[in-house]
Amino acid sequence: MTWGLVLALTATAYAFKVLGLVLVGDRTLPPLLDRCLSLIPAALIAALVVLNTFADGRHLQIDARAAGVGAAVLAAWRKAPLIVVIVVGAAVTALVRAA
Amino acid sequence: MTDLWRDERLRSVFAACVTLGVAVGVFAVSFGVSSVAAGASVAQTCALSLLVFTGASQVSAVSVIASGGSGSSAFGGAAVLAARNAVYGLAMAPHMKGRLPIRLLAAQLTIDESTAMAAAQDDEQHRRAAFWITGVSVYVFWNLGTLIGALVGSSIDPERYGLDAAFPAAFVAVLFPLLKGRRAALAATIGAVVCAALIPFTPVGVPILCAAAGILVGVPREARA
Repeated sequence: MTWGLVLALTATAYAFKVLGLVLVGDRTLPPLLDRCLSLIPAALIAALVVLNTFADGRHLQIDARAAGVGAAVLAAWRKAPLIVVIVVGAAVTALVRAA
Repeated sequence: MTDLWRDERLRSVFAACVTLGVAVGVFAVSFGVSSVAAGASVAQTCALSLLVFTGASQVSAVSVIASGGSGSSAFGGAAVLAARNAVYGLAMAPHMKGRLPIRLLAAQLTIDESTAMAAAQDDEQHRRAAFWITGVSVYVFWNLGTLIGALVGSSIDPERYGLDAAFPAAFVAVLFPLLKGRRAALAATIGAVVCAALIPFTPVGVPILCAAAGILVGVPREARA
């Protein structure tokens, strides 16, 4: 890790963050674009769940995390509070891993 | 502000946002540990969290370095992962009122968690509140956790406590309220399938970006999709 890399990452990350917010500003968007943009969180967060549950680098695998996240899905479906969902997910993963 | 505070829903939004911040903070401890283990100094590790402040990119950069990758390959993967924040910025832009300085500040807090918590609310006031509360709480706890992890070093093993699953579990909890309509459910399904299909074949970060194809569900005008 070099300071150059830290600074390059800082500049790049902030540039991406600023791009959407400042480019569009508070202009009203056409309805079509608005409908599509409102679906971004659902599409990307579902993908993040898949990535963090099944990916190990560029390999797909089913391990203890799948059991933990499965339990978390059950808890979320039963409308458990956020912290319960997180604790259930981590605890089940740890238990399955230790078994 | 006191009127806002009497708003019971806002209180529950506040509790949920801060809880998410704490969960992310726990994950940050494991980032701090792995960053120092990968050879970064405590100062560099904390600088990454304070300045870059987008977890997936930081974790990716550190893990590439740890596995012996070059600086440029660490940068490439992290940059692709950071690109999704531009998409979040687009999603948040119509809801962010305020002038340039406010937007420049909001930009630093535009990440998975703040966008997701904002999207889960059904009116503008709570949406903005959720964005700022989540952004600030994640910022505070992410940096606190990073510092603790960097100082503790490799004396704890995050995987032993299942902390690697805390992240996807939190996203599951955040995702559920988003799936109200059929369109959102379909967009989420497409996002998940595209991501899973691409993981073995594309560089790290690309599957998440391509998952954005799920938003095309919003193209037809009628809610047939």
